[in-house]
Amino acid sequence: MAGLELLSDQGYRLDGRKATELRKVQARMGVFAQADGSAYIEQGNTKALAVVYGPHEVRGSRSRTLNDRAVINCQYSMATFSTSERKRRPHGDRKSTEMSLHLKQTFEAAVLTNLYPRSQIDIYVKILQSDGGNYSAGVNAATLAVIDAGIPLRDYVCACTAGFVDETPLTDLCHAEESGGGTSLAMALLPRGGHIALLQMDARLHQDHLETLMEAAMTACKSISKVLDQVVRQHLQEVSALTGE
Amino acid sequence: MATVQISEAEKVYILHGVRDDLRVDGRGCEDYRHMEVETDMVSNTDGSAKVSLGHTDVLVGVKAEIGKPRPVARDEGYLEFFVDCSANATPEFEGRGGDELGVELSNTLYKVFGNRSSLDLKSLCISPGEHCWVLYVDVLLLQCDGNLFDAISVAIKAALFNTKIPKVHLSEDEQGGKEIELSDDPYDCMRLNVENVPCVVTLCKVGHRHVVDATMQEKACSVASLIISVTHKGTITCVRKVGGGSLDPESIFEMTETGKRVGKALHAPLMELLHKEESLGKKRDKVGFLG
Repeated sequence: MAGLELLSDQGYRLDGRKATELRKVQARMGVFAQADGSAYIEQGNTKALAVVYGPHEVRGSRSRTLNDRAVINCQYSMATFSTSERKRRPHGDRKSTEMSLHLKQTFEAAVLTNLYPRSQIDIYVKILQSDGGNYSAGVNAATLAVIDAGIPLRDYVCACTAGFVDETPLTDLCHAEESGGGTSLAMALLPRGGHIALLQMDARLHQDHLETLMEAAMTACKSISKVLDQVVRQHLQEVSALTGE
Repeated sequence: MATVQISEAEKVYILHGVRDDLRVDGRGCEDYRHMEVETDMVSNTDGSAKVSLGHTDVLVGVKAEIGKPRPVARDEGYLEFFVDCSANATPEFEGRGGDELGVELSNTLYKVFGNRSSLDLKSLCISPGEHCWVLYVDVLLLQCDGNLFDAISVAIKAALFNTKIPKVHLSEDEQGGKEIELSDDPYDCMRLNVENVPCVVTLCKVGHRHVVDATMQEKACSVASLIISVTHKGTITCVRKVGGGSLDPESIFEMTETGKRVGKALHAPLMELLHKEESLGKKRDKVGFLG
């Protein structure tokens, strides 16, 4: 790898983490009162907000209505000031459109859409500060927001990125590690059954290493699901304490 | 714009309340809702602030970039405004739905903030005619519950107060070309003087009276509103009438007087709060969206 040494001889990464160590995850549900569901997540320096509206009647053209399940509508956008170089447009560029599509696919696999025929669920994800793993932070925030909205899910959807340096898999890449041009694998997992909702890998990797890399990503996703579970439980405890039940 | 629909009975209820100086949420006609301000929210920016006013939430980020001065003002830097009405605020803003409101808001922001009287634009100049600082002020609407202008203006003032522009050193090489060197030390930075930055007060005409900081419900009852930007000395820098209805000159005069009084009173507590937050330095627990 040119220039930066992503993994030191002692086995530490640029920010002092071990190879499979995750960044600190902090999250909160019910950030906004007006939306049906909302959540905020911080994964290290990456910060994401997710808002869910619905299920409601299908907006716009009727032709989009599905008679057997709900339509999932996603928009991924990044605040213009979220990156170190200012972005011109918050959404609508090729990358954001691709991300919106990925989010849609991920949540179609997880939400029990057949319970809401002829309706629509909106999931809007906003990246407020970007430092690698934007997609995974967005998915994790959106999962919490969907739960906050009370929409039934098959399981938590947890996402994490993984890279591969010096025969060692690294999990939860930061921006410096992601932009190095090495392998980067993004995975969204339904941890209980071990189902993969989304898998994407850029750059080349020897086939023999793929299994170890996926193994590492799956372990990371499972650890994140534990954190999300804790957040949900704590939120429920707070809410039930407030309502006095 | 994000609006709500209310019934005739609700309208009458709100109108009668305003007439008796008692609004639906218990406020008087010149009272603001609970406001929360926090600065230094996004580390990728040079200055940022989040303001929540009732259920209205805005996040403002300021980024300083080196650009070329405008030909009409060669020894001054300038500000650029962009308002992102994100779909997070309301599903109506999805896709290009929020563009119209965004342009309307940012055009007003240019008039209110982007001039010599509110900021010392000369201090943004690096070398006349060649290089200057361009401040990109990006506003992100996260939740709309009326009174966007006031919340945005407070957030912009707080974000500009929080802005730290790195100091630059100009050096000339042998060919006479200028080289700009940015200071590496994060504490070696320039701060902006935000003393004269105005705050916007929006007054909504409801029935025969006008109210400050109208909620969406109250806005739905009002015929038109007046936007007034006021500095800490009570000077009015910009007045605009918005909304579909019409106002008679007499009520405009009354509203200006109220706006002046309310706007002037807004500055001192805000500045006190910003200085207090600044003095805490690194000891401050950042709350952000997690609080």
